[in-house]
Amino acid sequence: MVDIPYEGIAGTPPAEVPDVELYHPRSWWTRYVFSQDAKVIAIQYSLTASAIGLVALVLSWLMRLQLGFPGTFSFIDANQYLQFITMHGMIMVIYLLTALFLGGFGNYLIPLMVGARDMVFPYVNMLSYWVYLLAVLVLASTFFVPGGPTGAGWTLYPPQAILSGTPGQDWGIILMMSSLILFIIGFTMGGLNYVVTVLQARTRGMTLMRLPLTVWGIFTATVMALLAFPALFVASVMLLLDRLLGTSFFMPSLVEMGQLSKYGGGSPLLFQHLFWFFGHPEVYIVALPAFGIVSDLISTHARKNIFGYRMMVWAIVAIGALSFIVWAHHMYVSGMFPQFGYFFATTTLIIAIPTAIKVYNWVLTLWRGDIHLRVPMLFALGFIITFVNGGLTGLFLGNVVVDVPLSDTMFVVAHFHMVMGVAPIMVVLGAIYHWYPKVTGRMYNDALGKFHFWVTFLGAYLIFFPMHYLGLLGVPRRYFELGDTSFIPSSAHSLNAFISVVALTVGFSQMVFLFNLAWSLFKGEASGGNPWRATTLEWQTPETPPGHGNWGKELPVVYRWAYDYSVPGAAEDFIPQNQPPHATQLIQGAAS
Amino acid sequence: MSAIILFLAVLAVIAGWWLSQQRLTAKPWLEEGPAGDFPGGDAMTWPAAKVGLGVFLAVASALFVLFISAYSMRMDVADWRTLPVPRLLWFNTGVLILSSVALQWSYVAAYRDDAEGVMIGLLAGGAAAVIFLGGQLLAWQQLGAAGYFVASNPANSFFYLLTAVHGLHLTGGLVALGRTSTKMWRGAGIADMRLSVELCAIYWHFLLLVWLVLLGLLTGWTDDFVNICRRLLS
Repeated sequence: MVDIPYEGIAGTPPAEVPDVELYHPRSWWTRYVFSQDAKVIAIQYSLTASAIGLVALVLSWLMRLQLGFPGTFSFIDANQYLQFITMHGMIMVIYLLTALFLGGFGNYLIPLMVGARDMVFPYVNMLSYWVYLLAVLVLASTFFVPGGPTGAGWTLYPPQAILSGTPGQDWGIILMMSSLILFIIGFTMGGLNYVVTVLQARTRGMTLMRLPLTVWGIFTATVMALLAFPALFVASVMLLLDRLLGTSFFMPSLVEMGQLSKYGGGSPLLFQHLFWFFGHPEVYIVALPAFGIVSDLISTHARKNIFGYRMMVWAIVAIGALSFIVWAHHMYVSGMFPQFGYFFATTTLIIAIPTAIKVYNWVLTLWRGDIHLRVPMLFALGFIITFVNGGLTGLFLGNVVVDVPLSDTMFVVAHFHMVMGVAPIMVVLGAIYHWYPKVTGRMYNDALGKFHFWVTFLGAYLIFFPMHYLGLLGVPRRYFELGDTSFIPSSAHSLNAFISVVALTVGFSQMVFLFNLAWSLFKGEASGGNPWRATTLEWQTPETPPGHGNWGKELPVVYRWAYDYSVPGAAEDFIPQNQPPHATQLIQGAAS
Repeated sequence: MSAIILFLAVLAVIAGWWLSQQRLTAKPWLEEGPAGDFPGGDAMTWPAAKVGLGVFLAVASALFVLFISAYSMRMDVADWRTLPVPRLLWFNTGVLILSSVALQWSYVAAYRDDAEGVMIGLLAGGAAAVIFLGGQLLAWQQLGAAGYFVASNPANSFFYLLTAVHGLHLTGGLVALGRTSTKMWRGAGIADMRLSVELCAIYWHFLLLVWLVLLGLLTGWTDDFVNICRRLLS
């Protein structure tokens, strides 16, 4: 990153550049494959993340088949079940959500929204994608190696993660660690780009307080990820050494298969500290971009300025900072010094304050808005409701005395799927519908989109609401089968079967979504450059889809914040960020 | 984990200071017009590559501080046996200091438009860094020959791990230094190369600092200091 040339290296980039200086790929390869254009990289990231995400979706079907109908499917055994759980969790959290929000939406939206031509280090940005792809391939290869992928659970706790008896002890765990290390290296390259682009490449007039909240969310999440992922890196490297070289960073002395193992003295608790030092910020790394995007979706489709913009920005920053001192609430039952728990319970509950501020502001933005229930708006509303639900059960689990009996039950599974599974996915889907016209120049099919929303939204509740109840009954998570257990009534088994049927239905309904995207790409109506009549810069590009260099010869100049919707006296119900004040007055004069 | 929390607190202070300069209390809905009408909030005047390096150094520091956190937590377990530090490390440290000095020389020369001085500084710095890496490998060999293997004690494991991570960062730096030197060699204008030389020098100073901290930790020199900090915290 030392000597990558970037036009206008000091301060703001030049407003106007001759055509020859714009980035022009010379061949098909550099245009679509080894492209340094952030928009192409964004699409590459999104497609790769979605592809591996589909694998994780299929894994969840297999798990649900086993849980709903134990003993029926001979091709699922206990070891495979653990492998499915591990890979499903790891893929969804890291390789899908993190990559999609930061690598996908970050790459596409940051340069366009801040009015830049591209990321500041395009070459490093390209490298970031290819390292990510390598990480995904290494991860996917574990399905085909002897012993299969690791079955250690997505938290990969030692000692069990690397002991014999855990599936995937030979190759799976080694490749998993390698893949994580690669992912973090790749992400760091991309993350540097996102941060420095927001800091350095904003166009004239784009002050920090004029940034759309999407950019604030992605920016803050990227800063957090840059600081949190090193903890996972450290944990992965050390666990890899424990496995490969027989060091004892994390491994205590223990008897393995009747024999005293070579390990001794290591601290499994140390791994948990490192893992959750990454793991908790990770929740907000996924949540903050979602918060930002949903703010913009709601404001645009309710034709109202976002309520409490400043408070929204401060809340994003506050959540980002606080999320680094709550990690041990994942470790109440780990055997750490018990009084720590009360400190972390307190910080956990404090983080509910800025989060609640955000929820109130979304609701107040909707209040008396001109709400258009288009598909992106439906998903945004779905997000708010789901996030409140998942957040409330988070308050339960954040308290030590409530968490201890609920720990390792289906209640926890239901909680985190609501708050960081369904809720961010709602935003991802809403955001795809929202920006699809900009990316492709065509409109999606509305009827299919609405069908997709209702099945996904209602289905998610039918899946995860009953799961809370199962957790309260004491049904444990990560169990291959429950067998005849006295405290689990037979109704719980029927409920499990019901959940499985719904899960499969919702899963297959996602094919409608994929079909819609593919079909609309060729047959969709032409959307025009700004179908939502939105204010932010990405909708004001001279071409749709935006060309290389985004803006043609001249960069846009920003005169206002991103939320001038339904301004009293204005001719239209939105004023783009790059519209000069006198132009507005002229229109106002003409209107009056 | 107190080391990383302290580090994050320092970063938070820096970030807070920077944010306080950005008019986060502005009311953007009232401020219509070109940005020049309102003070603050423009992009930084630093070159993007320099900001990029700064962000990268923050990430690399977080990585090293996390290793140090793990080190200090693992150290408390009873099986820890501090290993004797090979004398060679002192020589290596001296070489790394020389390497840093050479790059500083190069940086100063770049601002005096002294192309020859820049080249000498870059080459000397690069050569010293390569000698340092060789010396580190030799130190590994000496420890191995004396029976201090990577898995025989956690102190050994950390020694090999930390030196390896530091060495890899330096190797990455050598790639950038090599590219800068090649460009200089091919006769790039000195004004175009100033920034690259400066960034190399900053990175080298950073790695020297990291090495001095690691050395203090590995030799046990900082134990007293760490104990004082612990007492203050508890």
